[in-house]
Amino acid sequence: MNSSLPIIGQGSVSTVSHEQVSLSKSQRAGLALAGLGFVAGVSVGIFQPKIEGWAPLLLVFLPITLGSLLYIWSTYAGTIPQIMNDGIVTRSIQNRGRIAYVLGVMITAFYCTLYWRPEYLVGLYSTLNPLSQLLNGGAADQWFMYGFMYTLAMLIMGVRMYFRYRDNAYQKARTFSVVFFQVAFAFLLPSLLKKLNQPEFYFTYFWPLKPEYLFPDSVHTLIQNGEAVGVFMVTWGAASFFILTPILTYRFGKRWYCSWVCGCGGLAETLGDPWRHLSDKSNDTWRLERWSVHLTLLLVTLVTCLVWINSWLGGELLGAFSNAASRWYGFFVGAVLSGVVGVGFYPLMGSRVWCRFFCPMAAALGLWQRFFSRFRITTNGGQCISCGNCSTYCEMGIDVRSYAQRGENIVRASCVGCGVCSAVCPRGVLKLESGPTSKDRFEGAAHPIREFIKSLKT
Amino acid sequence: MWPFQRKRRRSRIDPDHPHVLIIGNGITGITAALQIRKNQPTWKITIISGESQYFYSRPALMYLFMGHMRWTDLKPYADDKWSQQEIELIHKWVLSINLEQKNVALDDGRTVRFDKLLLATGSQPNRFGWPGQSLRQVQGLYSLQDLENLETTLPSVQKAVIVGGGLIGVELAEMLHSRNKHVVILCREQHYWDNVLPTEEAQLVTKVIRKHGIDVRLSSELQRIRGDTNNNVTGVQLTDSEEIDCQFVGLTAGVSPNIDLIKPTNIAYERGILVDNSFRSSVKNVFAAGDCAEFLQPENGELKIEQLWYTGKQQGEVVGDVISGKQRSYHRGIWFNSAKFFDLEYQTYGRVPSSQANHADLRHYWWTDQKRRGLRIVCDSKNNVVGMNSLGIRHRHQIWNGWLEEKKSIDYILENLKKAEFDPEFYSSCSPDIIAQFRRESTQ
Repeated sequence: MNSSLPIIGQGSVSTVSHEQVSLSKSQRAGLALAGLGFVAGVSVGIFQPKIEGWAPLLLVFLPITLGSLLYIWSTYAGTIPQIMNDGIVTRSIQNRGRIAYVLGVMITAFYCTLYWRPEYLVGLYSTLNPLSQLLNGGAADQWFMYGFMYTLAMLIMGVRMYFRYRDNAYQKARTFSVVFFQVAFAFLLPSLLKKLNQPEFYFTYFWPLKPEYLFPDSVHTLIQNGEAVGVFMVTWGAASFFILTPILTYRFGKRWYCSWVCGCGGLAETLGDPWRHLSDKSNDTWRLERWSVHLTLLLVTLVTCLVWINSWLGGELLGAFSNAASRWYGFFVGAVLSGVVGVGFYPLMGSRVWCRFFCPMAAALGLWQRFFSRFRITTNGGQCISCGNCSTYCEMGIDVRSYAQRGENIVRASCVGCGVCSAVCPRGVLKLESGPTSKDRFEGAAHPIREFIKSLKT
Repeated sequence: MWPFQRKRRRSRIDPDHPHVLIIGNGITGITAALQIRKNQPTWKITIISGESQYFYSRPALMYLFMGHMRWTDLKPYADDKWSQQEIELIHKWVLSINLEQKNVALDDGRTVRFDKLLLATGSQPNRFGWPGQSLRQVQGLYSLQDLENLETTLPSVQKAVIVGGGLIGVELAEMLHSRNKHVVILCREQHYWDNVLPTEEAQLVTKVIRKHGIDVRLSSELQRIRGDTNNNVTGVQLTDSEEIDCQFVGLTAGVSPNIDLIKPTNIAYERGILVDNSFRSSVKNVFAAGDCAEFLQPENGELKIEQLWYTGKQQGEVVGDVISGKQRSYHRGIWFNSAKFFDLEYQTYGRVPSSQANHADLRHYWWTDQKRRGLRIVCDSKNNVVGMNSLGIRHRHQIWNGWLEEKKSIDYILENLKKAEFDPEFYSSCSPDIIAQFRRESTQ
């Protein structure tokens, strides 16, 4: 009897050595076309040719778009509608292989350039001038380019999501929603507002994810410059967090925001989907996550209080300190954690690094979801076979199986309600739903405050 | 230390208390071990398995092979769980059991003493004495070792023949198909798995398997497996003397209890290790549960040997309590099971007779649609429910369990069918259709 199987001994799938599945001709064509666009983009960035009009934009972004769509189409067309996870954990690009590292470094480098060396991007973002003129009436800058590329990535990968999960109505609805909110509310509407000489405002972001919307500076600016519209925006920002969020979260769980509306979540759900299984499921990571995410929420609350106190005191007492605090928060949380780490590490740590470990909005929504919400993932009696597909494909690193195999509801603060656990379950065991009340979801749910204090101790 | 790291605590094991030894770390052995630990924090518990160091989900082997999951994802518990629970794991094969001296001999020469012994050795694939069944590329699919063999064989395979049309057969077909092999399934039955399913379900399942490109041969039986001089499989011959060339033969015609280990001892066995309803074998302080156990007197005409994941888990819980010293006997409750045939999900609750069973006294309600969904409700002559099958529709276990226990009438069930729906949100419900059709039929 053989007891030294490499499959167990190495703790890896070393023996599951898939033969290299070769790409089809049209998949190759798609990749080549997208590659051409990428090369064109890099060249334009380096040589900064003085060409006016739409030509450079089309030269760079059209091949990328068409090539990617061709690749996606040839991957999914003609296949039976079902989630195809074959070979996902053995592909280099999806499993921290060399290509994944290259990709991770490239995205990280792009974010660093965007935040701290935008002058290197002049050539690239100038290609977007005609579009920028059309939408907001001004020349493109790096942030317009970022918004454009972000939206384009979500559109293209949203198409992929649609094909991949086309047998699942929940996934289709959710993907449509999150892409819609990005295109309409995070890309077109802010541009339009700018064109109409109104403040560039993102209605789908609010405190604490975008804390500066409730900082005294922007509140004053909005009210003074925007007049009625500005007042509306400030009110909207405050009401969204303090009124809309508790109501919607009570009714639907935090998913109404995190996987239906939010742009960060939207990018994770579309661009990040191929890497969702890379999230770490260990208990230590869960403990780390609870500390880090709530610390960020605490931090943003402190910074916000600080700038307001400073503002009331006329900037005399805490002036330099509170400015520095809000600047550092913007640098460290806004740029480093949400951008560089959040997206750059997709291919290495999974798609929800930012949402899971750092997003203060997710932390706040999570507290509501855990203690004051009707949302839960129901386990279907004793039907769980502990296979672990649910845990593997949970982008938030929740060990879904550990609840399902005990027949318990899954009521976790971090769950963004993407519904993929339910979609990949081969026995139909999981269902996302809102029950009649928040009190029947787990033991102790009837006493949320007590439960919250208890959770701080474990 | 970091606040998110857990502290180690002192051992609570008392060496004067009983030592429970469990052979087999499948779902039954593991569930029993955890149950005993819950009841008896001071007892020493040891689990021996030659198959793997850690417990893994056997039904998930296919997902490892298809590249859906990594080996580490197959393990339902973190590796440090066992040291925290103070359950010792020994990754060795047991060679023999000595009941007089109360110890077992391992393949590394060691012996391990026990006070109480649980045999949870599971099953092995059936081989019906076909000529050629010992050729190199002939195997079943049960253990990690089987998967390993399959992986080794795979590169030389272009075409595979699977013998036996059950749940493992379709899983093996899906696995091989995902790695671009041509797959032929030989089924003795007229429709896939119709020795368990009613004809309509079996037809639907057959259709779905074929849709995925599997060559399903119905009413065909294996005569012999052909091999070359190097013991390699070259093909199979069917009873109607048709020949199919292939490089691999999968045997999935059911499983039987794996009891080779106890045959030399005086523990009583027939097909499986004979146990009472508290899983006590014929020898004091020796217990058996899960696939390898056979009930002497199963309660009211139930199966003597239960070979499901779910029953293995339930039995493990009960035998764990019994070993811990509690008075408990096994009542399985309402039957349930589920499976997946490629993209077609299947659930069943209660008793649904197969196409081959005689069931003149039962009323059948069967609904199906173009999307290959199907629902069957079976009632007795008084129109009270006895079982249900669903294909491509998810239903709630608890609700059906309650209805079946209380033997609700078809009218009541149709009235409340919406409550049993378990499909994800935004799915189009087929309940209105079903209710309308069954109402018409029930009044006829």
